[in-house]
This record gives sequence, C-alpha cells and structure tokens, in this order.
Amino acid sequence: METPISYVPILIQLAVALGFVVTTIIATHFLGPKRKTKKKLDPFECGIESSGNARVPYSVRYFLTAILFVLFDVEVIFMYPWAVNFKALGLTGLLEMFLFIGLLLLGFFYVIKKGALKWEDNN
Amino acid sequence: MENYYLFKIILVVALFVVSLVVAMYSTFAERKISALMQDRLGPNRAGPFGLLQPLADGIKMFMKEEIIPNVSNKTLFILGPCLAMTTALMAGVLIPWGGKVEFMGKPYDLQVTDLNIGVLYIFGVTSLGVYGIMIGGWASNNKYSLMGAIRASAQMISYEIAMGLAIIALIMSTGTMSLGEIAAQQDAGLANIVYQPLGFLIFLICAFAELNRAPFDMPESESELIGGYHTEYSSMKLGLFLFAEYINMFISSAVIVTFYFGGYNFPFQNEINEALGLSTNMATALGTLVMFGKIFFFIFFFMWIRWTLPRFRYDQLMRLGWKSLIPLAILNILITGVVMWMNGKLN
Repeated sequence: METPISYVPILIQLAVALGFVVTTIIATHFLGPKRKTKKKLDPFECGIESSGNARVPYSVRYFLTAILFVLFDVEVIFMYPWAVNFKALGLTGLLEMFLFIGLLLLGFFYVIKKGALKWEDNN
Repeated sequence: MENYYLFKIILVVALFVVSLVVAMYSTFAERKISALMQDRLGPNRAGPFGLLQPLADGIKMFMKEEIIPNVSNKTLFILGPCLAMTTALMAGVLIPWGGKVEFMGKPYDLQVTDLNIGVLYIFGVTSLGVYGIMIGGWASNNKYSLMGAIRASAQMISYEIAMGLAIIALIMSTGTMSLGEIAAQQDAGLANIVYQPLGFLIFLICAFAELNRAPFDMPESESELIGGYHTEYSSMKLGLFLFAEYINMFISSAVIVTFYFGGYNFPFQNEINEALGLSTNMATALGTLVMFGKIFFFIFFFMWIRWTLPRFRYDQLMRLGWKSLIPLAILNILITGVVMWMNGKLN
C-alpha cells in the first residue's frame, strides 16, 4: 500500500530532527560561559604542549578496508532484490545465486590470500 | 487526509519524545547497572534513587562552555555531532510500534510510515551515522580524535557487510522488505528467531560493532585514546554525540525485536485480548507495552555485555568481522536457501 504520500512522514521526521539539532546548537552557543584562552583552544594532548597537527598519514590498511567494503557492499546490495523475489524465482534462482556467491567467495578468498585483511604483525 | 497528517505529526512528535526520554534514562540505567555489577551504589543524589540525574546531566551539558579548538575546521566540527544526531533520529521512522490504532474513527498503523524498501532505508540511514563520527573526528584536528574516527569508520563499514548478509537470509524467509509486514507475519506463526537463529546471532554481534559498544568500543577506548572521536567536544555538541549513541541503541534494539522477536506480537495475544475484552486501541497499547518490554531487555543486554566482557584488540575485531562473520553469514544464506527448497517453499 505504498504511495508517494508514504514518504511525507519521513520529511516531517526530518523537520523535527533538524529543528531539535539546530535549536540545541544555537541554544548552547548562547547559554554557556565564554572565557576563551589560548591554552584552552589548543588541541588536547595529555596536558603536554601539542606538537604538529593531526593531518598525518595513517595505515594503508584502513584504505584497503574501505575499498573492499565498497566492492562487497555493492554485491550485498545486488542480493536484496533477489532475496525479496526468492520464493518466486524458485530453484533456478537459488542455483544462479549459488553461482554468484561462488564467484564472490572466490574473490574473497583471493583477498584473504593476498593478506589484504591481515592486521596483526607477522614478525 | 488532514487526519492522516495530524496522526502522523502526533506520532512523529511522540516518537521523538520517547526516543529522547529512553536515551536519557538509558544513560542513567547504564550507570546504575555498572554500579550494580561493580558492587557500588551509582548515582543516588539527584531526586529519589537519583532519578533526576539525567535531567541534571542534560542541564549541565547545556550550561557548559562551548569550545571549538582554533586549529579545527569549524564548519565540519559543528556538522559532525549534528549529523550523528539527525541520522539517529531518522532511523526510528519505520519501526512498527504496534498494531492498528483508531484515530477519529479511522484505523491507522502505529508506525510513522511503512515503505516497501524499509530494510534498505534503515540500512542506509544507519550507515550515514558513520559520517558524523568521521567528520567530527577529522575536523577536530587532534591525533586522538583522528585515530578514533578512522577506527570507527573501518569498524562500522566492515561489520555492515556481515549485517547486510544476515538480513538477506531474513528477507529470503519473509519475502518482504517492509518492516510492517515483517512484524505482521510473526503474528500467527513463530517469531523469526526460530527460522534464523544464526542470522540473529550475526546481526546481534554486528549491532554491537555498529554501535561502537563494548566489547567493540575501540573508537573511544578511554584508556588509550582519551575520548576517541569526541575528545575535543564539549557542551551540548558532546551531548549530541552521546545522545545519538543511546538513541541508536534504542533503535537497534527495536529493529532486533521487530526482525527476530515478533515486534509487538506476543504468544496467545488474540486469546488474551479476547479474554480481557480489550478494544482495538487497548489491545494495540498492550502490544506496544510488550514490545517496549522486549526493547528494554535488549538495552539491558547491551549494557550487561559492556560491563562483562573486556575490549577486543583491533586485529581481533577485524578478523572476527571479515574472516568469521562474513563467511558465516554467507553460509547462513546457503542453509536458508537449501532448507526452504527442501521444505517446498519455492515455486
């Protein structure tokens, strides 16, 4: 029974959520005290002088994880329409999906063998 | 038509208030439960049994000085917590909170809206939550925040795959992505947990990781990263981050209950409603009460685990997510498919 009207309550919810968030941010801006000092506005580093900034390079594994996520998530999304129509597609659909999952697992196996998901040190 | 919108607006506002109150008292419950488990008293000064503590905390958050570090990206710094809170509030729209309600002589579902892409919507909106944490942590220009933010994003996206695969098996057996229908299907028959025990387990573990709750709370592990992605935040901006976390916990519990534990349905509901002679609205209210009971159990469960298990190491977390949960979830899909085929559920 879905009609375009079904999406209107989502907009109402968005209005309420945004209204709350914006009001809160503006209210705290005026409510709290304002006694700013140089030290207070420095980034926190365990109480010692902060050195450099945080725009530093970090482990490439995080990038690899992100790229693999994009690949696998797209394949997961592919499976949603199939899952909804699973009963109607019957045995043929099931076998076709087994083939798809087989190819997916092949790629997954390759990724693991290449060590892309290896986070522990090996020495 | 005006009544339709009036009903929806009332429901949206009610849902908003309930989410906030549940989130507020979850912080209180968390402190009381941790106190119980560590043989302490917990907060007991503000009001009877410390019941006004969440209010006191809220007022304190509002009255604190707002600090924006001078090296941060100001716009993104403010945008981070706003995004986290907005996405947390948006996720609850599709949860069916009860059966039919009579409002001005017309029956409505006790659900803000029901979309046939419901599961995808929830999946998408909760995924957006990672942006709040990532933007906030990066914009702080603090090393701890950056570490917390990148850990959080890698963790959340990793567990999203396993979570998506666990839901696929559920959709195979329900044949719909609308949450209203998933809840309604469990009305007569058994709850989905009976058909999807492995799927439920995977979903639950992923929910812990998505919420950055212990034992997967590396993004804000206080012993090494100070506060993780919200180290630099103060006043209500910190409050929004914390609030978003507890609202997400509430919504996740509601989603788990709807997907696997029958939502607002309970055993022998028709017999009980008939025996008590309840009207439509009263029967729905009873169902909603039962649903909240289930939700509170899961919120308690989240806290129970947090104060029981120690934190994982990051490589263990990644190994569990990628090398155990994803293969298990795929296995679950295969088992579901074969079992349904053998039981002659396919055409």
